[in-house]
Amino acid sequence: MMKQSTKILAVGLASAALVAALPAWAQGAAAASPIPAPTVDKGDTAWMLVSSLLVLMMSVPGLALFYGGLVRTKNMLSVLTQVLMITCMVAVIWVTYGYSIAFTGGNQFFGGFSKALLMGVDANSQAATFSNGVYIPEYVYICFQMTFACITPALFVGSVAERVKFSPLMLFVALWVTFVYFPIAHMVWYWEGPDSMAKAAIAGGAALDAATNDGGYLFVKGALDFAGGTVVHINAGITGLVMCLLLGKRIGFPKEPMPPHSLTMTMIGASLLWVGWFGFNAGSNLESNGVTAVAFINTFVATAAAGLSWLLTEQIVRGKPSLLGAASGVVAGLVAVTPASGFAGPMGSVVLGLIVSPICFFFVSVVKSKFKYDDSLDVFGVHCIGGITGALATGILDAPFLGGQGIADYTTKPGTLSAGTYDMAHQLWVQLQGVVITLLWSGIGCLILYFIIDKLWGFRVSEEVEHEGLDIAEHGERAYHY
Amino acid sequence: MKLVIAIIKPFKLDEVREALSGVGVAGMTVTEVKGFGRQKGQTEIYRGAEYSTNMVPKIKIEVACASDMAGAVVEAIQASANTGAIGDGKIFVLDVGQAVRIRTGETDDSAL
Repeated sequence: MMKQSTKILAVGLASAALVAALPAWAQGAAAASPIPAPTVDKGDTAWMLVSSLLVLMMSVPGLALFYGGLVRTKNMLSVLTQVLMITCMVAVIWVTYGYSIAFTGGNQFFGGFSKALLMGVDANSQAATFSNGVYIPEYVYICFQMTFACITPALFVGSVAERVKFSPLMLFVALWVTFVYFPIAHMVWYWEGPDSMAKAAIAGGAALDAATNDGGYLFVKGALDFAGGTVVHINAGITGLVMCLLLGKRIGFPKEPMPPHSLTMTMIGASLLWVGWFGFNAGSNLESNGVTAVAFINTFVATAAAGLSWLLTEQIVRGKPSLLGAASGVVAGLVAVTPASGFAGPMGSVVLGLIVSPICFFFVSVVKSKFKYDDSLDVFGVHCIGGITGALATGILDAPFLGGQGIADYTTKPGTLSAGTYDMAHQLWVQLQGVVITLLWSGIGCLILYFIIDKLWGFRVSEEVEHEGLDIAEHGERAYHY
Repeated sequence: MKLVIAIIKPFKLDEVREALSGVGVAGMTVTEVKGFGRQKGQTEIYRGAEYSTNMVPKIKIEVACASDMAGAVVEAIQASANTGAIGDGKIFVLDVGQAVRIRTGETDDSAL
């Protein structure tokens, strides 16, 4: 890095001297752009392909088993089917028009349809990363982002488990990704990339203004979300809360015992989630470099700290450390570190992990039983609350004096990535706006879509079906034959 | 003829079976059951949800025997299933009106 900047400085000095000596050549010298030529690296490409697979593994079988173990025997297959089919369906929607809405220009809320049906994308198309001149094949970027679109709606099925009708749920998911997920992904993550920014900075003036405003609404505001705290977790979490409130409690809740049918499955699922999450967070750097390692180590230690602190909380409050508590802590830690993963430092991540578990524990035990909503598998308590904690903490932990990575500045020295000035109060304010806008957009969007589908088809199974179990009634099969 | 029904702690099954073989019992029926008596259940907690399970898992043994053997059978079970703690279980003895071996059609004592 040092060597490279010295070299650039030397080149700069040389060309400055040249310009001074021969004014007639000034235009020619300016054309020698400081932006490195676009290159696709095989290492980056390989890492991003592996990351995409890791994130797919989080959905199936990770999340499916994590959730499946938590429901009763009679509903095991319904949850597995929901997660698997959501993954399949959203993948098809993603390549049809989802990628285009999320990741092409348009306005700050919706992209356009210029890449619908992946028009114009081929094996030579490139997608920008976070370094000048570094690109990955666009197909790789499409696949990586596709896995995020697939897992997000699969997260909220946990809140309506054991009583939701399959087909209306699938229709809801199709509409939800279209009107909630794709726009929010666009708002938070869409930009033209570091090279466009550098080119605009060199041109200056109106071009720079246009470039800094050419991005998603929250991206332009400067909201930081490395791997999807708002887009994935707050988004799925608030949808989960709204849906479980509208759908109502399961029959017998909270009087009748509804213990998880296999915490062994839940343990396997939680472990697969942790491993897969390295693709989710470290993969979100889009390259294989030092910042990828930052996200990687943060994902490791925040999760470990959160697992520890959930168990300690249980030990103190309940007197018994439980496996489900440990698994919940691990997931809460993963959720919280998601937005912070490429921004915080490892010690900041440990603190984040230690803090998030007691907060989520409070929501899933105290708040949920006080307000008596049946968020069956705690989508709101873990994903929304953990996501909000992480999104706000990112505004603090990104500060360089706390070991964070600071704010990326692509315009002061075009062609090189430098750290901008860090204003914590401002950053926290921007983070809060990101959280509130996501909550509102997702909450209201979900409300509208729910009413439409509920009026047309009805969202909830009959009482008889609920007693019998969704596996037999909705899918015509049983998970276990003893 | 008598039918001896015993509810015992699950981990005592092998000892009881051996003790019964010792007094000449040649067959029995074993069922996994749940129930409660003086021994109360446990509390299970899953995140925020707390369930107290009143039912404790037990093993039910059924032994049909000739009337003059019933005393020895009851003694064997009582001695082998005993731990001295609550929850050791109970033994019931019932009169049996008729017994038939399905394969041969033999009845009563010769069917046992």
